[in-house]
Amino acid sequence: MSVQSAAGAYETAMQRDRAETIFMKGAPGRRAFVAPAIDVPVRPLDDLIPARLRRGREPRLPEVSEPELVRHYVNLSRRNFDLDSGFYPLGSCTMKHNPRLHERVAGLPGHARLHPFQEPARAQGALELMWNLERALSEIAGLPHVSLQPSAGSHGELAGVLLTRAYHDARGEQRTKVLTPDTAHGTNPATVTMAGYEVVKVGTNADGGVDIDDLRAKADTDVACLMLTNPSTLGLFDENIAEIAKIVHDVGATLYYDGANLNAVMGKSRPGDMGFDIVHFNLHKTFTQPHGGGGPGSGPIAVSDRVEPFLPHPVIVRTEPAETNGAGSGQAVFDLDHDRPQSIGRLRGFQGNYGCFVRSYAYICSLGAAGLRDVSEVAVLNANYLLAKLGKLGVLDLLTPAYGRVPQVGDGEQQNHSHHGADDADARRQWGCMHEFVLSGAPMKRELKIRTLDLAKRLLDHGVHPPTVYFPLVVEEALLIEPTETETRETLDRFAESIAEILREAREDPEIARGAPYTTPVRRLDEAAAARRPVLRESL
Amino acid sequence: MAQETYPADLLYHAEHDWARLEGDVATLGITWHAQDALGEIVFFEPPTPGTQITQDEPYTEVESVKAVSDVIAPMSGEIIEVNGDLVDSPDALNEDPYGAGWLVKVRISDPSEQDALMDQAAYVASLA
Amino acid sequence: MSGYTAVTEADLDAMLATIGVDSIDELFSSIPAGLRLGRELDLPDGLSESEVYAHLRDLAGKNVSAEDEVCFLGAGMYDHYVPAMIDMLLGRSEFLTPYTPYQPEVSQGGLQVMFEFQTAICELTGLDVSNASVYEGPSALAAAGYLAKLTNKRGRFVISHGVHPHAREALRTLSAGYGMAVDEVPLLDGVTDADAWAAAIDDTVSAVFVGQPNFLGAIEDVAALSAVARDHGALVVCSADPLSLGILEAPGEQGVDVCVGEGQSLGNRLDFGGPSFGFFAARSEHVRRMPGRIAGETVDADGRRGFVLTLQTREQHIRREKATSNICTAQALNALAGVVYLCWLGRRGLVELGELMVQRTAYARDLLGDVDGVEPIHSQPVVREFAVSLDVGGLDGVLRVLDRCAAEGLNPGYPLGRTYPEYGSGLLVAITEQRSRADIDRLAVVLGRAVAAERSERAAVGASA
Repeated sequence: MSVQSAAGAYETAMQRDRAETIFMKGAPGRRAFVAPAIDVPVRPLDDLIPARLRRGREPRLPEVSEPELVRHYVNLSRRNFDLDSGFYPLGSCTMKHNPRLHERVAGLPGHARLHPFQEPARAQGALELMWNLERALSEIAGLPHVSLQPSAGSHGELAGVLLTRAYHDARGEQRTKVLTPDTAHGTNPATVTMAGYEVVKVGTNADGGVDIDDLRAKADTDVACLMLTNPSTLGLFDENIAEIAKIVHDVGATLYYDGANLNAVMGKSRPGDMGFDIVHFNLHKTFTQPHGGGGPGSGPIAVSDRVEPFLPHPVIVRTEPAETNGAGSGQAVFDLDHDRPQSIGRLRGFQGNYGCFVRSYAYICSLGAAGLRDVSEVAVLNANYLLAKLGKLGVLDLLTPAYGRVPQVGDGEQQNHSHHGADDADARRQWGCMHEFVLSGAPMKRELKIRTLDLAKRLLDHGVHPPTVYFPLVVEEALLIEPTETETRETLDRFAESIAEILREAREDPEIARGAPYTTPVRRLDEAAAARRPVLRESL
Repeated sequence: MAQETYPADLLYHAEHDWARLEGDVATLGITWHAQDALGEIVFFEPPTPGTQITQDEPYTEVESVKAVSDVIAPMSGEIIEVNGDLVDSPDALNEDPYGAGWLVKVRISDPSEQDALMDQAAYVASLA
Repeated sequence: MSGYTAVTEADLDAMLATIGVDSIDELFSSIPAGLRLGRELDLPDGLSESEVYAHLRDLAGKNVSAEDEVCFLGAGMYDHYVPAMIDMLLGRSEFLTPYTPYQPEVSQGGLQVMFEFQTAICELTGLDVSNASVYEGPSALAAAGYLAKLTNKRGRFVISHGVHPHAREALRTLSAGYGMAVDEVPLLDGVTDADAWAAAIDDTVSAVFVGQPNFLGAIEDVAALSAVARDHGALVVCSADPLSLGILEAPGEQGVDVCVGEGQSLGNRLDFGGPSFGFFAARSEHVRRMPGRIAGETVDADGRRGFVLTLQTREQHIRREKATSNICTAQALNALAGVVYLCWLGRRGLVELGELMVQRTAYARDLLGDVDGVEPIHSQPVVREFAVSLDVGGLDGVLRVLDRCAAEGLNPGYPLGRTYPEYGSGLLVAITEQRSRADIDRLAVVLGRAVAAERSERAAVGASA
C-alpha cells in the first residue's frame, strides 16, 4: 500500500481539526478583559469628543473568554514547525539555537519596561549595553563605527545605500548605478531602487565568485557602490575579494557587505579587513535573536571613517570618567547625540530594536572571543560534514553541488560534478563550502521525475524543515542548506539519511514525493488559487 | 492545462508571443510555451486602451505565483481592446492561450514589422 | 566550546575524516592568508549563564523603568498593561523559534495568526486590506510614501507638523533617495492649520500625511483634511494610534487611502523603543503595491481550509529591483502579541478602555490646568495624551523639572522642546489605564512642587544676577 492511499484512508487528528479563526469563535457578551474601574468623575463623552469625530460602528473584534483565547492560540501554535522541536537547515537564514537566557534577561523590567523617551541620565544601563554591543560589533566587523538603528537586514541595506548616496553627495558627485551580483538576495536590487539608483548586475564566475572581467567592465565613475556578501549566497568565500575591493575603490565607489553570511567567518576574517566600507549585521541570524515566525529582526551597520559622518542619528556617545567633572562617580556617562549635521537622518522611531540588542549582547557575553570563533568553525565544519555525508550516501549524483569541488570519497565511487571538471590527482579535497552549500536538483528532476519542491515537501514527513528552495535563482532546482553550528552530528546524519531515503523511494514511486506531505496539519496548499482570488481577511 | 500546440495561422515572436493579423488589427497573446514556463498564471495587469506599444518592447506583465514576466509586443501599434475577462480568470491564459487567453487587440502601425516574426515552423524549430 | 555547540574531540575526528581534511583550518583555506584574522577577537572571555544573567541584571538596574517610577511618558510608545497570557504565548517555542512561513504546510499556526491580524487591523482602520505588519510605526509611514510614489509618480509629499517627529524624519530620510520634496504644514491651536494645509496641496502632491491623534494628543479632523487632498488626486495617509480607534472614527470612513501606525500599545512591551510592529492597511486598489508579507486563504490538496503567503510577486525575492519594497519579513511575533491583545480586549473592551483613557485624561488635564505655572498648549479634544506648557523658561527648565520629579519617583511626561522648539517649555502627558486617579493626583502635586521649585530657583538666580 502506498503512502498516498494510506493517507487517503487516514486523517490525523490535527488534519481533522479544520481551520477556524478566532473571529468564528466566542459569543456576544464574552470577554477576557476586565477594565479597571473608572475612578474619576465621569463626564458625558459628547462634552469631551464631538460625536462627529467618534466612531460610528465599533470594530467587530472577537468576544471570547480568556480560556477560549488561550486554547485557540496554543492550538494554533501546534500547527507550526519550530526550531526547538527539530532541524531547520534553512539556507541563508542561520537557524541556530535560541538560548532561553536571552528571553529571561530581555524580560527584566529594567529593560522591558524602559520607555524609549526616558531621559538618558536614567537610561544609563541601556545606553551602556548599546555602547558595548556597538564596540563588539565593530571589532567583529573590523570597522570603527556602528549604528544599531536599522530594524532588519533589509533596513540596514537601505541605510547603507543611503549612506553611500550621502557620501558621494558630500563630495559633489552624482553617481547613478549600484552593482549587485546576479546571485544576490532580492533585497539588494530592491534596496538599490528604493534609494534611487539603477541596478547593474555583475556576473558570477565558474567558482561562484564575482566575475572579475565583468566587474572591471562595469565599474566606472557612475557606480556608487558594489553590494556583496562574502561568503556568497552560494556559500563560497570569494578569494578575489582584495582585487574586487581595489577595482571598486579605484573608481571611487563604496563596497557594501551584506552580513547575511557572517556566521561563516566570525573571528576568522573581517569585512573591514577585506576592504568593505559598510557592513550590515543580522542580529536575528548570526547573533541568535529568535526569528519569531518572521520577525522581529535587527540590522545594525558598521562603517569606515569616511562614511561615519553620515550615520543615522542619534549616536551613542560615551564620556570617560576623567571628563565627568564633579560627579565623583568614577563611572563613564552615556548620552544620545542628535546634533549630527551630516547625518542621513532617522530611519525609524527611537533607538532601534533594543530588545534584540539585549539578546545579542547576552549572546556575545556568553561566548566571548573564542566562543564566537568556535561558532564559525563549527558552522563551517557542520556544513562540510553534511555535504561529505551526502556524498557518502550517494546523494550527490542526483543533487549536485552547484559550485565548488565535491568530496572525494575513498572508495572512488563518487563522480566529480564540479564545474571545473575532474579534480587533480590529490584525492584529498581542500574545501567544499563555508557555512552553507547549494545543491541543484536538476539531475533528480531528470532522472527521478521529482522536483526540488517535492523533495522539500517529502522532508516534512520526515520531521525536518526543508532547506531553502529555488534560491539562489542562478541555480536550477536549487536547494540551499545551512545546518548551523548548534546541530549535533547525529542530527546531520539523520538528515542526510532522510534525503537518501526519499531519493530511494522516488526511484521506486515518484508519486509519493509528488503528493507529499501527508502527515502535516494540512497537505499541499493551492497557492495559485490564493493569488488568483485573494481572500486576505475573515469575512464577518 | 491545454495540450502543447502552435497554430499555423499565427505569427510568432522569439519572446514567446503570438500575433493574429486580420487587416490592420492584430490580436496578441503568449504562446503555449510561455504559459508552461510560467506555470499557473494568477494575474494579468490590463493595459489601458489607447496606449501605443512598440515592437520588441514590453507592454504588460503576467504573473504566476512565484514569477513575473514582461509581455513583449510582437508588433507596434495602438491598443484598441483589452481582454478584461482575464482580470477575473487569468487561468484562461493557461487553458486556452490562443483563444480565451488573448491579451489585447492592436491597430498596427507598420505592417512590414511582420517580416521580423516567425511562422509556426520557424517558431517550433526555435523551441527545440 | 560553548554549551550551544556539540562537537566533542571524537566527533571532530570523525567529521574531519569524513570530509577528508586534517583540521578545521583547512576548511578556511579559501580565505587568503592576508585576510585571515590570525588572532582572537579583542573581546572579553565568555561567561557562564549565571554570570551573564548577573551582568544583564546589573545593566537593567541602571535604568529607571516604568516598573520603578510612576510614568506619564508617551509620545509614541505607551505603558499599557501587557496581559500575562501574552508572555506565555510569545514564549512558546512554536511561535518564538520558526522563521517566515516558507513551508505553509508546517506553518499554519503563524499564517493563520497573520490572517487574523490582518482581519483585526482592517476592522480597526475601516480599510479593505492589511499586510502582516512591518518594522514599526515611523518607517511604516515612510513605506506608505513609497506606495504613493509608485501609484501616481508625483514628486511632492505634504505632511502635517503634527505627525510624530520620528515619522516625519523617517519619511524625509527614506524618500531622499528617490528625490521627493517634503513640505510640512504647521499646527494652529494644536491641530493641522486647515488654511495652510489647503494652500500647500495642489496637483503635484503625491501623498499627504496626518497623525491621529497628532503628536500633541489632539484629535484631527481627518475627514476634512482628506477631502482637500482627494480633490487634488493625492493619496491620503493617516498615521493612527490603534488603541484610540475604539473611540475615534475609522480612518477608512474618513477618506483615508492608507492607514499606518505604531503597534506597540497593542500588547507589546516598551523595550526602550523596540521591537514592536507597524501596521499598514489600505483600500483594496492599492493591494498590489503594498509592502511586506500578506497571508491569504486557500485550500489544500484534500480541500481543507489553509493559509499561505500570497501576492508574493510584489516582493523583493521575485520582482527584485521592481519590488514594491525591499522589506523581507514582518514583525510576526510582535504582531501576534497585537492580535492576541485585541482579542483579549474584545469588541467591548476596546471601547471601554478607550472611554477609561478619555475620562482619566480629561480629569488629569483639568487637574493640571489648576496647577500654578502649568498652562494648556491647546484646547482640542484628546483621547489619552495632552500638552501643557510649564512656566520654567524653556527646555532646560523642563529638564530640571523632570529631574526633580524623578527624585520623587515620578516621570511627568515628554519634554516637547526636544522636537518642537516652538513649544520649548512644553510637556506631553500620557494617561494609560495603568495610571489611576491616585497617580494622577500625585502627578499634580509632584509636578506642581517641581515647577514651583524651579520657578523660585530661577527667581533667585534672576535676583542675584
